[in-house]
Amino acid sequence: MSDTLLEVRDLHVNFYLTEGIVRAVAGVNLNLRNGKTLGVVGESGCGKSVTARAILNMVQRPGRIDQGEILWYGDPERPLDIVQLGAGGQEVRDLRWGEIAMIFQEPMTSLSPVHSIGNQMVEAIRLHRNASLAEATEQSIELLGRVGLSQPARLLDAYRHELSGGMRQRVMIAMALTCSPRLLIADEPTTALDVTTQSQILDLMRDLQDEYGMAILFITHDLGVIAEMADDVAVMYLGKEVEVADVDTIFHHAAHPYTQALLRSIPRHDIVTERLESILGNVPDPYNIPPGCAFHPRCHHYVPEQCASPELIEVGSGQWARCARAHEILPAASGGPAS
Amino acid sequence: MSGENGALLRVEDLSKHFPIWKRGIFGRKITGHVRAVDGVSFDIARGEVLGLVGESGCGKTTTGRVILRADTPTGGEIHFTHSELGEMDLAQLSRDELQPVWQNIQLIFQDPYSSLNPRMTLEQIVSEPLRNYNVLEGSALRDRVAELLRLVGLRPEVMSRYPHAFSGGQRQRIGIARALALNPQLLICDEPVSALDVSIQAQILNLLKDLQQEFHLTYLFISHDLSVVRHICDRVAVMYVGKIVEISETDKLFSETQHPYTEALLSSAPTPDPRVRRKKVRLQGEVPDPANPPSGCYFHPRCVHARERCKTDTPLLRETRPGHWSACHFAEELDLTVVPPPPADSA
Repeated sequence: MSDTLLEVRDLHVNFYLTEGIVRAVAGVNLNLRNGKTLGVVGESGCGKSVTARAILNMVQRPGRIDQGEILWYGDPERPLDIVQLGAGGQEVRDLRWGEIAMIFQEPMTSLSPVHSIGNQMVEAIRLHRNASLAEATEQSIELLGRVGLSQPARLLDAYRHELSGGMRQRVMIAMALTCSPRLLIADEPTTALDVTTQSQILDLMRDLQDEYGMAILFITHDLGVIAEMADDVAVMYLGKEVEVADVDTIFHHAAHPYTQALLRSIPRHDIVTERLESILGNVPDPYNIPPGCAFHPRCHHYVPEQCASPELIEVGSGQWARCARAHEILPAASGGPAS
Repeated sequence: MSGENGALLRVEDLSKHFPIWKRGIFGRKITGHVRAVDGVSFDIARGEVLGLVGESGCGKTTTGRVILRADTPTGGEIHFTHSELGEMDLAQLSRDELQPVWQNIQLIFQDPYSSLNPRMTLEQIVSEPLRNYNVLEGSALRDRVAELLRLVGLRPEVMSRYPHAFSGGQRQRIGIARALALNPQLLICDEPVSALDVSIQAQILNLLKDLQQEFHLTYLFISHDLSVVRHICDRVAVMYVGKIVEISETDKLFSETQHPYTEALLSSAPTPDPRVRRKKVRLQGEVPDPANPPSGCYFHPRCVHARERCKTDTPLLRETRPGHWSACHFAEELDLTVVPPPPADSA
């Protein structure tokens, strides 16, 4: 397993609210390979963003990591459990931004409104490395140019409101690169952008991954973006991963009924469908997750006794599904959607 | 474009310019205009679904608002055939004269959270248009609300509850029930599924499609998402910086693309299949400021096919193939197709 950069084992994150306990993440396992992209896909409320925050030990109250391990193999000989590090301690602060950088959906709120872009970048660089002001400024200009922004030197004096959405996300990516991270966590980085801008940003992220050799944890609800970006995919539903496999397997031989249903429910611009197959009902209330298999009230394959406690089972090489009937369901799915 | 007689709505040279004010010593003065909608023409036949696609800021929402006369157009004509009053130009009507028009044109909003009043019950929300126009009262009103809720897939028993008890998809159904209350002729759907989760999107799209077929409704369907548009629309108009750059039957727009901007949009849209590797047309730069658009063809600074002529000559929307209109000087010469036509039978 020397290939592994980050491993999440049986992670539980609960939010303690007056209305009850929200089990946002209820036993997630993820495995991220060095230099590869793991796509985490799921609908709102499935716990994908909370998982990302937990990896940086940034879950805010009333949320709490209650169980599990997050192993960082920065030094493969000496894995580090991020959960055990104090949330505000020096070790975890070195890891954040130093080794693991994060970009968010709305770059507007991630940038300070009262500091210039240059100010913020220089500060980030100097917090993590021993650089003089001149060196840090020079590196900032270089990075802003690297992410495809024209006139980077002038941009140092700009404020966030002067930039467009695509430019802001480029600035965020440049800031994330300041310490050459081993892992970039991207939480819906292109969701707020237009399609043409989105494809520019996705291209940029792929180029930078090749250049810097970093791994990417790419969180999105958009299966199209996953298909373009990911090497491996984890599909999440109500706080658990329900299927994990490489990207081709997910899109052409999905074993879990939820993955299959998701793929059938999306309209496509390249295939004409008369009618979409929608998934029954709604995503259940997070206070009240159905017992047994969380997907069972919406599943066509539900059999009462069999689906009481689905474990993650290996259905093919490298393909894992949290479904007791995956072996029975899989043959019907092979061949994939019209290809 | 399509049959003149069957057109429910015919928009001609519609424009909406927003003034840019600057405060000076002697009060405010206008220093320029944002040309949000700039000479748009199209028509929608009765029972047709016309898609209006484009990126943010292209003027698609403003077009919808102006047709509804939530905004007053700067210029142009909006010919609408009212169910009782016959053909009228909405652009000329005063607020009072518009009252009966709003009985015929209704709007479905993007955000199901902010478009429903949290202090009103479902019954109050859905019956409000009926009460405003004094169409029904008493038990007949209640029955109509129950019928509308059933129509959109909600149980009538829930009508005494408040919107907060419902999920996003259910709220969007409530919004649709309200829009249908007055039996409108035309529904303007402004990004009706953009705020919803993927699994819920399919439910709402199916519902909109079923209702359209059952009641022979006419939709102006505004969206940024080409895959949604392909699924529901009969014809599609693509907008860029306030102008329509291409309009055609949906299938032809995808399989015989006639404008470089449509080509770029299609090749930018991610395909949910890792085996599909399509030609990529990457646009440089960003959408220009509609207050200060480029010369000639508005798209030329970003267009990979641009030539000298594009910098100076503004292309007009012209019929490049039967029923297929494009605003590109070189539409006939270029091979702009991104999505190959489906195999003979893809069922």
